[in-house]
Amino acid sequence: MKSLASLRDLKGRIDSTKKTKQITGAMELVSASKMSKAEQNARGFVPYADKLQEVVSSIANSNTGAQHPMLVKREVKKTGYLIVTSDRGLVGAYNSHILKSLVNNIEAKHTSKDEYTIIVIGRKGYDFCRKRGLPVTQSILGMPDHPTFADVKNLASETVQMYINQEIDELHIIYNHYVSAISQVVTNKQLLPIADLGEQGASTSNYEFEPNQEEILEVLLPQYAESLIFGALLDGKASEHAASMTAMRSATDNANELIGDLELSYNRARQAAITQEITEIVGGVAALE
Amino acid sequence: MSTLAVSVVTPEGPILEDNFDMVVCKAESGEIGILPKHIPLVSPLQISIARLKKGDDTQLVAISGGFMEVQPDKVTILAQSAETADHIDVLRAKNAKERAEKRLQDNSDTIDRVRAELALKRAINRLDVANS
Repeated sequence: MKSLASLRDLKGRIDSTKKTKQITGAMELVSASKMSKAEQNARGFVPYADKLQEVVSSIANSNTGAQHPMLVKREVKKTGYLIVTSDRGLVGAYNSHILKSLVNNIEAKHTSKDEYTIIVIGRKGYDFCRKRGLPVTQSILGMPDHPTFADVKNLASETVQMYINQEIDELHIIYNHYVSAISQVVTNKQLLPIADLGEQGASTSNYEFEPNQEEILEVLLPQYAESLIFGALLDGKASEHAASMTAMRSATDNANELIGDLELSYNRARQAAITQEITEIVGGVAALE
Repeated sequence: MSTLAVSVVTPEGPILEDNFDMVVCKAESGEIGILPKHIPLVSPLQISIARLKKGDDTQLVAISGGFMEVQPDKVTILAQSAETADHIDVLRAKNAKERAEKRLQDNSDTIDRVRAELALKRAINRLDVANS
């Protein structure tokens, strides 16, 4: 009787693991298609970002000495961190990498909570900060899978405004950079003051500025910073879907392995039951003779 | 006759890429017309309509929050949002216009006022493009 019960048990576990496998397999496919869309979105953003950077750096690098607070380093009293996390789980180590990087940064650079503030995209990051009592000034939860610029515009412009109002003196952004479907790298970039404009574009053209450089920078730099935030978000979304795909694939692989093991045990148990039955019959016949 | 390669680019990707004879935009300092072989120029744009002329045809693009970069044979308009007439959601723009008007009537907070005014401008701008 015991072996029959365990047979039924094993059968049940095999069935339920198979069902889980079906679900994770489907989720992998969904994530894969979301990822390719997200990758496309990130690519669509590139021409805008490149052009913007070219114009900004050609103005900033021109030797007329146009200056703007967003280009100038100042004493850092308060640092802003913008983190891009996901709203859902089931994305492997996607969120924990970012949050670890955030915590490491904070522990290395700051001694009190007055020295930094956090701007959060994504529920996972928000919950984490709430639980730990970290100061969060702004957040967006429920970011769609394929965000448009309008989705992040408010947060981006308010964040840039915080820098202009001197509420923060530095802005870092932490997100997962999408390298490929199987590789995402945690990236920590200083966004403000704008530092790494590089030399590119400086020599390409000598522009006339209408009305003048200062006023153009006034319009251009916030737009540039906002676009960088949007770019990081797109990059992060592509990584999120890739991470989710990888997580679901390894879940499917694990389920396959588990089903294999369980089927082996099931067949063994079945064989044992048959052998036992035969022994009993043979024993019974021998006793009658 | 030479033409201008015009591209209108937003964070969501390029909206329009084509050759035109003339581009008329509303810069911060007033309306400017660009013909081929213009001197390199950078200028912020108002929330306004960009007119792109080819022969007798004029194509309109609603621009909000952007600037233009001009090179002798090329005009690039970089905007946070831009739509050609056939991509404008008229209903949405109408709703946005009503919302903004209402907010302007019953709100005195300066920041909200500025925002509502901008929203109203964008909505009217879109409707102008869609209706012409």
